[in-house]
This record gives sequence, C-alpha cells and structure tokens, in this order.
Amino acid sequence: MTKEKQQKQPVPPLGAWLPAVALGWLIPGGGHFLLKRTGRGGLLLAAVTGMFVCGLLMRGAMFQPQSGDFLTVLINTGGFVGDVCSGVFYLLSVWLGYSQPDTAGHVHDYGTKFLVTAGLLNVLAMVDAYEIAIGRKE
Amino acid sequence: MKMNLSHFEAAFLFSLFTSIVLGVVTKRTDRDRLHYGLYTFGCFLVALFGIGWLMYLGHG
Repeated sequence: MTKEKQQKQPVPPLGAWLPAVALGWLIPGGGHFLLKRTGRGGLLLAAVTGMFVCGLLMRGAMFQPQSGDFLTVLINTGGFVGDVCSGVFYLLSVWLGYSQPDTAGHVHDYGTKFLVTAGLLNVLAMVDAYEIAIGRKE
Repeated sequence: MKMNLSHFEAAFLFSLFTSIVLGVVTKRTDRDRLHYGLYTFGCFLVALFGIGWLMYLGHG
C-alpha cells in the first residue's frame, strides 16, 4: 500500500452528511430524497417498508436488550439495534403498542428476521446516503 | 390481519427486498445496479432451491 493511500482522508464536515443520514434513519430512503436521488430513495423506501410490514404481518417479535450469557446479550442487543434502525416504522409500531411475544413457528420466526433485516437494510441505505452526501458517490 | 406464508414464499419475499436494496446501494450506474440486483436475486433463488434440495435429500 502506498503512503498516499495510508494517509488518512480528511473527515467531512458534520453538516454535509448528518442531515441526510439522520433523515435516512428516520424515513428509509429519506436521505436520498434530501440529496435529490428520488428514484433510488423510492426503491429503498419501498423495499424497507415492504420488509418491515411483512415482518409485522407475520407477527414477528421485536428484540429487547437482555443481560445474561454472551450469546444472549449479543443476539438480543444486536436484534434491538437492528429493529431501531428501521426508524419511524419502529417508533410507530412501539408507540402504537405492537408487542408480540417470541412464539414458536416458522412464520413468526421469519417475521422476526424480516423486522431486523428491514433495519439492517436501512443501515445500508444510510451508508449510501453518507457516501453521496460527502461526494464519494454520484 | 396475519400473513401465513410458506418457507418458499417468505424466503422469496426476503430475497426480493434484499436484492433491491443491495442493487441500489452497491453500484454506481443504473445499468450496473439493475444487473447486480438481478444477480443477487438469482443467487438467492439458486441458494434457496439448492439448500432446499440438499435438506430434502439429506433427510432420506
């Protein structure tokens, strides 16, 4: 690796990317809409919304951070972070009282995974919005 | 209202939504995004059928 590549790139100013990333967290695809990438923003919104709504309709469970052995902490805290990353969908569902116990059955299980994955896909969308906002990507 | 999906239907939907996001965020041109989205969706389906058959044959 050359010395030029090893040198740290300057940190982009907070104001350049924070609004896009924050809006992208709150509303999936919102960062792209703010940056005038409406087509891509619409696709991200549709995909994350579809994933989250399917998770709700399959009665997936939301994770809550728990203490205990390492695996319990890792799974529940990671799952909770994944759920929270869905932004307004997570906030609305919790606010409106959605509370599904973790029950046996493949449909519930898929639902739980859909809910977490919706948040993780939104993280990818937020990273993309960040890269667009700092000019690393079109 | 509750959705009762089979394993295949749930995995198909999962593949579809994930492929859309991976296609949108990964590449730099619309053409590449479309190709990558279709490619990942195809990979998901191949894995879905492949692992499905493996489990079927493994069960005897």
